[in-house]
Amino acid sequence: MAPGDGVRRRDFIEIAAVSAAGIGGLATLVPLISQMAPSRDVLAGSTTEIDVSAIEPGMAIKAVFRKQPLFVRNLTPQEVAAADAVAVSSLRDPQTLEERTKEGKTNWLVTMGVCTHLGCVPLGAAEGENKGEFGGYFCPCHGSHYDTAGRIRKGPAPTNLLVPEYTFTTDTQIVVG
Amino acid sequence: MSFPWAKPYEPKAPLMRYLDEKLPLPRLVFNAIGAGYPVPRNLSYMWNFGVLAGFCLVLQIVTGIILAMHYAPNAAVAFNSTEHIMRDVNWGWMLRYAHANGASAFFVVIYLHIFRGFFYGSYKPPREMVWLLGVVIFLLLMATAFMGYVLPWGQMSFWGAKVITGLFGAIPLVGEPLQIWLLGGFAPDNAALNRFFSLHYLLPFVIVGAVILHIWALHIPGSSNPTGVEVKTESDTVPFHPYFTAKDGFGLAVFLLLYCTMLFFLPNALGHPDNYIPANPMATPAHIVPEWYFWPFYAILRAFTVDFILPAKLWGVLAMFASILVWFFLPWLDKSPVRSGHYRPLFRKFFVVLVIDMGFLFWLGGAAAEEPYVMMSQIATAYYFLHFLVILPIISMIERPDPLPFSITEAVLGSDDDKAVLATTPAS
Repeated sequence: MAPGDGVRRRDFIEIAAVSAAGIGGLATLVPLISQMAPSRDVLAGSTTEIDVSAIEPGMAIKAVFRKQPLFVRNLTPQEVAAADAVAVSSLRDPQTLEERTKEGKTNWLVTMGVCTHLGCVPLGAAEGENKGEFGGYFCPCHGSHYDTAGRIRKGPAPTNLLVPEYTFTTDTQIVVG
Repeated sequence: MSFPWAKPYEPKAPLMRYLDEKLPLPRLVFNAIGAGYPVPRNLSYMWNFGVLAGFCLVLQIVTGIILAMHYAPNAAVAFNSTEHIMRDVNWGWMLRYAHANGASAFFVVIYLHIFRGFFYGSYKPPREMVWLLGVVIFLLLMATAFMGYVLPWGQMSFWGAKVITGLFGAIPLVGEPLQIWLLGGFAPDNAALNRFFSLHYLLPFVIVGAVILHIWALHIPGSSNPTGVEVKTESDTVPFHPYFTAKDGFGLAVFLLLYCTMLFFLPNALGHPDNYIPANPMATPAHIVPEWYFWPFYAILRAFTVDFILPAKLWGVLAMFASILVWFFLPWLDKSPVRSGHYRPLFRKFFVVLVIDMGFLFWLGGAAAEEPYVMMSQIATAYYFLHFLVILPIISMIERPDPLPFSITEAVLGSDDDKAVLATTPAS
């Protein structure tokens, strides 16, 4: 630095040294924060294969996806018709059954079994459980009712049951995640 | 700081004099909770709960450290290690029940301590800082209690963790990544259990630090008292020891009788049977509720069922946090110069309504999520906020307080004649 430009060498060294130490100190926060994120083994369990051949119309199963319940439901024609009969604009989270299922397979409803309110497991997947006022799922924790397309119809939950990313690898096999 | 007439610390024994020169710890104790700390002579039993809360903190730390010697914070064995404490460890059942019921006792004492503050205006100047630190301690206490309840890894533990961390998921944009980061996974599992254990062990010591600040801030103006009239002369005070060490000792004995009744005869009365079922991520218990001490806030959380600009879920979360954060603003919401509810006829009526409202919220938080409880929660929640944000400021503007006594001495003895009192040295 040229003499007479008003910057003292000592000031420059002080600011540079403290800045370098400060940036280094902030950089040490990265591992301290990052260690709390899901570890490799947790992330490794993030894909699930499910054989759906044994699920009859009107039945549902509870599978496990990322340590959380996953509902796979084979809708009856009546349930499909009931879902299609609803005016989409009247819904809290407007979606059609077609948008929530795969093309040509609208009878297969694959959703997380995690209430979008506070994460309880809704009832309605197993035989004899309360399916709520709309014939889909009912969350016992705070009384959210979902319809046959897994859409929120009544209660505190803000959105429809989440449809995870999945594909049909064959007609009877899906891969989730 | 203390009053000028505070008894000075004068160690007689050579060892104590030596210690006073090198490390004046006995002096600190003498001036803080000994004969060197003058307190108002009219403190009622409502002033016992600070000491009792301190006792509960020590009780929880001692029993907690012992439980940690036998407990294993791993999702595969946590439930079994808790049962191992209950069945195999010598006196393990007693220590665990002492810790679990100790948490409940702690909250009973803290709630009474807080409501003492509400009624007697303990939050008013010059003690705002004491109050603010107290609210911080309460928040730390809630976090500690929540994480402790997760550790046995039963059904209620697991689903409590899921629901409460789900609250963070309500935050727009960052909510879900934040929730996954907090849990170290997509749902509560080993990572979450381990960090909860780590923090559950740490936070009590943070609370100890906050309590030291709380007491430090208190000892600058000195304790308030039931009249709310500040100390004027020596005749208004008595030394903390032996007068209030004795009174607190009696209070502690009564507390221990009630606590031991719970501990030995009703150890599971405040718990949930579902927590003796190992955690199952695939099935939610039919009636999921937090521990009783969170019920008012849980009722507020559930009171919001309609989307209004923001989603209902976010409103619930915001309201729940706001219901405690509003306490931080209490010194500035209630501007009445009269401190004690004894001399505030209008305030006193609404205080009773607030207590009833809180009682309702307690009851509603434990009730099922269905009508008519939801509607009642909404009314009780609305009144709760109305009390702090509207009623309290209005009362402090329009109320005509009753005449205050001239001094604490007059309130106690009916006259402020110095001759009538204990003073052995002339009041300065």
